[in-house]
Amino acid sequence: MKARVTVTLKNGVLDPQGKAIQGALKSLGFAGVDDVRQGKLIELELATSDRAAAEAEVTAMCEKLLANTVIENYRIELV
Amino acid sequence: MKSAVLVFPGINRERDMARAFEVVTGVKPVMVWHTETELPDGVDVVAVPGGFSYGDYLRCGAIAARSPIIDAVKRHADRGGYVLGVCNGFQIVTEIGLLPGALMRNASLKFVCKEVHLRVDDPTTAFTSAYTAGQVIRCPIAHGEGNYYADPETLARLEGEGRVVFRYCDELGRTTEAADPNGSLNHIAGIVNERGNVLGMMPHPENLIEALQGGTDGRGLFESLAKVA
Repeated sequence: MKARVTVTLKNGVLDPQGKAIQGALKSLGFAGVDDVRQGKLIELELATSDRAAAEAEVTAMCEKLLANTVIENYRIELV
Repeated sequence: MKSAVLVFPGINRERDMARAFEVVTGVKPVMVWHTETELPDGVDVVAVPGGFSYGDYLRCGAIAARSPIIDAVKRHADRGGYVLGVCNGFQIVTEIGLLPGALMRNASLKFVCKEVHLRVDDPTTAFTSAYTAGQVIRCPIAHGEGNYYADPETLARLEGEGRVVFRYCDELGRTTEAADPNGSLNHIAGIVNERGNVLGMMPHPENLIEALQGGTDGRGLFESLAKVA
């Protein structure tokens, strides 16, 4: 089973990279981009095929390492 | 004083840190590899040096903060032992949770390597007693992710409890946007934990110890530690 973890900055946390991307888009002529937030996508190949077990395991991974919950949110998708 | 310097793959300031301790205290620190699970007996100060542990992969300091040695560092801090985290070491110490907040990408998006001024806002800590209140010191910085962030409640608490030890400032001690190299909230360069035994800072006091380095403003930090440990 595959798990896809999306890590994004929490609201209110300044994202200088997002701002730089927004600036670059603007300079390329893409008008109307009100905000850009950059995140991370982490794909995991899991041995288990048990969805509940996978969900619990990946949640633990996010809490322990994959996300810094001081500044980041995470979202898990099992595919 | 017995000190230990942690060594992780990708760290590059561990020898500068070790030399600073040796020059100021006369005693060579013990270098401790990250796979160890115990600190050497009788260690008073654990230094987490700067560099790029694990190539800054995932997040700066994130992987080093989950190393085998870290449980021993937490126990050391819980016992009241001193922990000094500098640069990547500050990032690691926040990732461990020994200090609040996080170090984000510099507001300029640029790696900044230069000398800055710091104002000593708390000379009562074990790390700063050799300085005076409001003293302005020079200190080198070299980082791409030193932009201190904490949520508003945490920030208010840090300020309310006077736990901001160093702030970026100009040569006259004024905290201005221009004097802040990375966009840190409230121009924070270094903080201590509630108990005052863990200090994290982005600038490198260990790189301003001897006249040959262009100044000795960083010595005070090591002299302060030598007084208490």
